[in-house]
Amino acid sequence: MTSTEGELKGLMVAALGGDESAYRDVLRRLSGYLRGYYKTRLMQAGRSATEAEDLVQETLMALHARRHTYDPTQPFTPWLYAIARYKLIDFLRRTRASAASVPLEDVEGLTAHTDPGASESSLDLDRLLEGLPPKMRSAIRYMKLEGLSVTETAARTRMSESAVKVSVHRGLKALSVLAARGRGS
Amino acid sequence: MKTDDLVDLLSRNVEAVDWREVPRKLLLFAGLGALAALIALMLVLGPRAEISSERAWMFIAAKLIFASSILVVALTYLVRIARPGGERRVSVALIAVPFVVGLIAAGPSLALAPEPGWRAMILGEHWRLCFICIPVNAILPFGAIVRAMRLFAAPTNLSRAGMLAGLAAGAISALVYALHCTDDSFPFIALWYGVTIAGCALVGGLLGPKLLRW
Repeated sequence: MTSTEGELKGLMVAALGGDESAYRDVLRRLSGYLRGYYKTRLMQAGRSATEAEDLVQETLMALHARRHTYDPTQPFTPWLYAIARYKLIDFLRRTRASAASVPLEDVEGLTAHTDPGASESSLDLDRLLEGLPPKMRSAIRYMKLEGLSVTETAARTRMSESAVKVSVHRGLKALSVLAARGRGS
Repeated sequence: MKTDDLVDLLSRNVEAVDWREVPRKLLLFAGLGALAALIALMLVLGPRAEISSERAWMFIAAKLIFASSILVVALTYLVRIARPGGERRVSVALIAVPFVVGLIAAGPSLALAPEPGWRAMILGEHWRLCFICIPVNAILPFGAIVRAMRLFAAPTNLSRAGMLAGLAAGAISALVYALHCTDDSFPFIALWYGVTIAGCALVGGLLGPKLLRW
């Protein structure tokens, strides 16, 4: 087991337990790996590398919405790679290009290189949020953008605390669908 | 949007999640689907005649064992394939084992019976009903399992995930149908139960890429 695997797994397990800083850490690192991977693969598929940032963000959102599917008794890197590859193929299909050039086994390759060169994606968060129902939108604004607690958000939105949690969860899930749909789904 | 901003958004106030939710929810929904299929069968066809006789019970037991051995394999793999990369831990060859064992087990009863009786043993009286009822009644559990997959899972091999959902639904439907079925012969079970369950898996595999995208 490589040290990258061990570190990422440790962070992810803490993140699943609700550790905010571990989760921020692991997502930052993953976006570097995903960026490197997608830039290379998109160029190989004859696509522009600028689309990579969109794909990185779409993948992070999808990964977030499905993070409970990581089974900590299993290694982390193959889980990440399966998601990265699935989203790449989905992206190439959606945008009418060949998915045939994506190699099946490249688990190690994914975390071998990281690309810190973040740029802006074409996704506009405010526009995406407008596509959500008002309750989900305000729950996400208060809790995820302004960083208010569940209790504070519940008070401001006049929802119960559990309804706030559900709205945030469903809202982020819907957001990842909206992000994908943004480019001709 | 900057990726760092997205990372901040996603991680801020992050909720703890339970990774065991995947198998729990899949099994719960499969159970609810099974219950729905059972109610549908009882309302439309009802239980078989002489359900309490010893001979009837022996064959009900044989049918239940056959269908549930397929169901166990299907559910075991379904909870694996529900996670990204889970297809690495699914063996298609092992799925075939209960079907093959069923056919092998049917052999001796054919060998012991006189040849003119084979046709009746294989076709039974109601092979058409079995052929229609098992796939049709599999729709309810299939719908329930697909719903659970869409809500709580993230399969990365959609046709295989659909195939396993169909296999589980077919096995559940056959399990329920066994309570009505009066065709009491081992060759009938191995052939018609096997074919209909496999058919459900095939259809599930075709529908998977459409139904399970996330």
